[in-house]
Amino acid sequence: MLDKSRMAARRISSLLSRSLASSSSLLTKGRISGVGRVVPSYSTSSSVNNPITPSVKVNCTQLLINGKFVDSASATYISPNPIGKTFPTYDPRTGDVIAHVSEGDAEDIDRAVSAARKAFDEGPWPRMTAYERAKVLFRFADLLDKHTEELSTLETWDNGKPYEQSAKIELPMISRVIRYYAGWADKVHGLTVPADGPHHVQTINEPIGVAGQIIPWNFPLLMFAWKVGPALACGCTIVLKSAEQTPLSALFAAKLLHEAGLPPGVLNVISGFGSTAGAALSSHMEVDKLAFTGSSDTGKIVLAAAAKSNLKPVTLELGGKSPFIVCKDADVDKAVELAHFALFFNQGQCCCAGSRTYVHESVYDEFIEKAKARALKRRVGDPFKAGTEQGPQIDSTQFKKILRYIRSGVESGATLVAGGERLGNKGYYIRPTVFANVKEDMLIAQDEIFGPVQSILKFKDLDELVRRANQTRYGLAAGVFTNDLETANTLTRALRVGTVWINCYDVFDASIPFGGYKMSGQGREKGVHCLSNYLQVKAVVTKLKNPAWM
Amino acid sequence: MAARRISSLLTCSLSASSSVSSSLLSSIGKSSGRYASVKRFSNAAALEDLVVPPVQISYTQHLIDGKFVDAASGKTFPTYDPRSGEVIARVAEGDAEDINRAVAAAREAFDEGPWPKMTPYERSRILLRFADLVEKHSEELAALETWNNGKPHEQATKSELPLLVRLFHYYAGWADKIHGLTVPADGPHHVQTLHEPIGVAGQIIPWNFPLLMFAWKVGPALACGNTIVLKTAEQTPLTALYVAKLFQEAGLPPGVLNVVSGYGPSAGAALASHMDVDKVAFTGSTDTGKIVLESAARSNLKPVTLELGGKSPFIVCEDADVDQAVELAHFALFFNQGQCCCAGSRTYVHERIYDEFIEKAKARALRRIVGDPFKNGVEQGPQIDTEQFEKVLRYIRSGKESKATLECGGDRLGTKGYFIQPTVFSNVTDDMLIAQDEIFGPVQSILKFKDIDEVIRRANTTRYGLAAGVFTKNIDTANTLTRALRVGTVWVNCFDVFDAAIPFGGYKMSGIGREKGIYSLHNYLQVKAVVTPLKNPAWL
Repeated sequence: MLDKSRMAARRISSLLSRSLASSSSLLTKGRISGVGRVVPSYSTSSSVNNPITPSVKVNCTQLLINGKFVDSASATYISPNPIGKTFPTYDPRTGDVIAHVSEGDAEDIDRAVSAARKAFDEGPWPRMTAYERAKVLFRFADLLDKHTEELSTLETWDNGKPYEQSAKIELPMISRVIRYYAGWADKVHGLTVPADGPHHVQTINEPIGVAGQIIPWNFPLLMFAWKVGPALACGCTIVLKSAEQTPLSALFAAKLLHEAGLPPGVLNVISGFGSTAGAALSSHMEVDKLAFTGSSDTGKIVLAAAAKSNLKPVTLELGGKSPFIVCKDADVDKAVELAHFALFFNQGQCCCAGSRTYVHESVYDEFIEKAKARALKRRVGDPFKAGTEQGPQIDSTQFKKILRYIRSGVESGATLVAGGERLGNKGYYIRPTVFANVKEDMLIAQDEIFGPVQSILKFKDLDELVRRANQTRYGLAAGVFTNDLETANTLTRALRVGTVWINCYDVFDASIPFGGYKMSGQGREKGVHCLSNYLQVKAVVTKLKNPAWM
Repeated sequence: MAARRISSLLTCSLSASSSVSSSLLSSIGKSSGRYASVKRFSNAAALEDLVVPPVQISYTQHLIDGKFVDAASGKTFPTYDPRSGEVIARVAEGDAEDINRAVAAAREAFDEGPWPKMTPYERSRILLRFADLVEKHSEELAALETWNNGKPHEQATKSELPLLVRLFHYYAGWADKIHGLTVPADGPHHVQTLHEPIGVAGQIIPWNFPLLMFAWKVGPALACGNTIVLKTAEQTPLTALYVAKLFQEAGLPPGVLNVVSGYGPSAGAALASHMDVDKVAFTGSTDTGKIVLESAARSNLKPVTLELGGKSPFIVCEDADVDQAVELAHFALFFNQGQCCCAGSRTYVHERIYDEFIEKAKARALRRIVGDPFKNGVEQGPQIDTEQFEKVLRYIRSGKESKATLECGGDRLGTKGYFIQPTVFSNVTDDMLIAQDEIFGPVQSILKFKDIDEVIRRANTTRYGLAAGVFTKNIDTANTLTRALRVGTVWVNCFDVFDAAIPFGGYKMSGIGREKGIYSLHNYLQVKAVVTPLKNPAWL
């Protein structure tokens, strides 16, 4: 058993280093060997017109409130039986409807919050021992492992990300994250505190109460795990609103959590839109805490809503325009591969995408040539096909936005060296796009594009680079590619970002805190730091009589 | 020695507890001891002969980039003596343009200046030298604090100034103890976290404890290597300017601490919504806190910590020694003229001892010595200003109208300044305004309860969650209440213990984040994760 779990851990970590964490073995892919060889027929021009039929049934489409799947409160009257309002969720490969999902609005949020309120104020969850809570989470992780295939199929169907990425990287990572938090549940320590007088002082870390959580569509299940894991480990109850683009996998996972023994009302899942359900949750007077992942502009609205309502504390994981810095001593082939991965991973739909590739002038020309070649080799196609590196963008809105940014890049005088348009005529596929000669004043160097568009900028010296890299409203992450220790240390301290990846990128171990400086967010998720998001600190001071020591 | 002296002073007055404090409780309660010498001060004491404060006012301009300068507009505003309502001095009035200048200085001091590039040990030495200078100038500072704020001079001298020094010693000690973590990885990576200063901190402090709030804000921000733009309360601008000057003397580089005097809607708003400020810390009312947070949200999403209002329950259980409970409950409410965000402003008393408690609470309030805060033995000075004074009197009228029983007080004292008689209401019920709103004055509301579950429910039925007092000998009762009360501080058989190491802050609408203690450091640090791949690691 032990051996088996150790094996599993090793398997996950080797998968991580192979692809998500993009370490050396992935880099060999850049030389067209290994995995790439078995699927030589996929290229950017591969057909995207015959989508594979996903091997999963969509079973959960209603709202999950108080342990039951229910229709939304607002009824659409179709004679003779009223049914709750629904909205369609789409397959990004085709734009076809996958399913109609219950559409949550203020009234549904009210119901979910009152279920969560009751589960917190009276229910068993915060009154269970931490160990019992941990066991529920461990069982949930086992169920996730058991249902990996259905979950990753659902994830790819609804989101468009490569199935191999869902099944081999994200699902293992999700059960890993849940086990990480399960382990924290019985390790939330307070402090005893040295006093200045005859008092016994202690701090108690208490669950903050009902947590409202709003998650995005780019990593639906992973974001579910980042939010739900720490909140449950700390003893909170939850109302979670999923993204309207990807409501399906969260409902399935929530069902599994109940199978694992989660009491009713502890986790409530509402599908719906930001301006209705999301707004109701952010401004709800009975919600004690809010965690949001999404765009900086929406983050501002969420925080303002919290301020205007009941001053609930808010953590925000927002946008980024993260620099990926290739120093003059870099091995260009490896740098190209890592920079490519940093930007194009997940169709470029990562808040921490390395979307400003800064390359030292001494290696710039060679880098451009090779970055172009790598992008042209990128395998875009049906994400359900083995070997596909890039699927479609999430939806028509994002698709059009990215094409607008590509036009803007061309108009502002950047050099388009690869891609630049849609692929095929169905769904939301975009050709891997590379711009050279990008300048800071161009929109493509300033805005978060959230698509497969790499902007490459040239730099001369480190001081200049630090200034330019920091000249952004964002501060989420940075990549540094160098073998020089001094350069690595200088950049590590000087970059105003929440994560610095040196000679690696997108390493997302459960214990590494993730979050932004500046307008990339507030607070940290994952790691020990995330626990404080879901805890209140209570100082308890008691008078001492004749203490034996002070 | 100094530490012991401070701590005994604290227990003696500010923290009202233990051996010294139990003597305080018994001696005052029985009106004997040191207060015998000041028997002549009573509610009816003459307020006509005001002591002339033994201090000069030297600093009235803004401190920006290490220099005292006039407001950009040249405007000034008057600051008053709450004993008389007379003008003490005219002070430079900061507005958006002054905030811009101060932020630019702080920005430069952070981005290019020496402060975050100094070693933590050097920063800590400057904080220690500052603490020494504060100690040296305690007398002038305490006099200035009382003159501008109206709080008893003895309280300023013997409790607050030593506490101020103690806080800077505390934060000086943190400067070189800010550790990051090395982090276990899931694969061949070396992972570490760096705790970096967050940048330029905007800090807005209130008027009830001008110097202490200065220390709570400035201490951790400087220890962590940040630079600061501090806006003081318009009621009490003087002491912050004085100590900021001492900071320059202690070796603080120019631009690291900038102090702007001014009003909330102009200078405060400019600071909260400034695009080049990386963090805002605010102490004040809940309504203003909401505005501050919203400004931060709408501008650059700077993280905000808030210490806001409260309506803290003080719970006297049925096993309590009534005399001691009365004294502590009295202290919990009336301390600092009732102008504490954590004032024990809902006194819940068990029905079994309720009648006795009311009698004794009334007697204690009637004995409270109100008068010129510069006179020895005075327990209560004037309220801060005419606005607060009138607000408190409005709440007293509301208490009467809502049929609470006025046991004593209920009026102003004298005809000059903002003195209010210590006021006690009994038979208060939870639906009355005086049981719901933060009065911020010397008005004690006493409520009756029957059992613990009921008192928990009632104590938690408020938008606030700052603090609570629990008075009991029973360990089960203490443990039950400690966990069930949704508040940031529970004082068991004590109140207002404010050691530097004890975190302070609110649940619910009493605030976000914690000040003091190890927790306060997070407010002024960013966490940066650094990940490097490992080649052939010896271990994972």
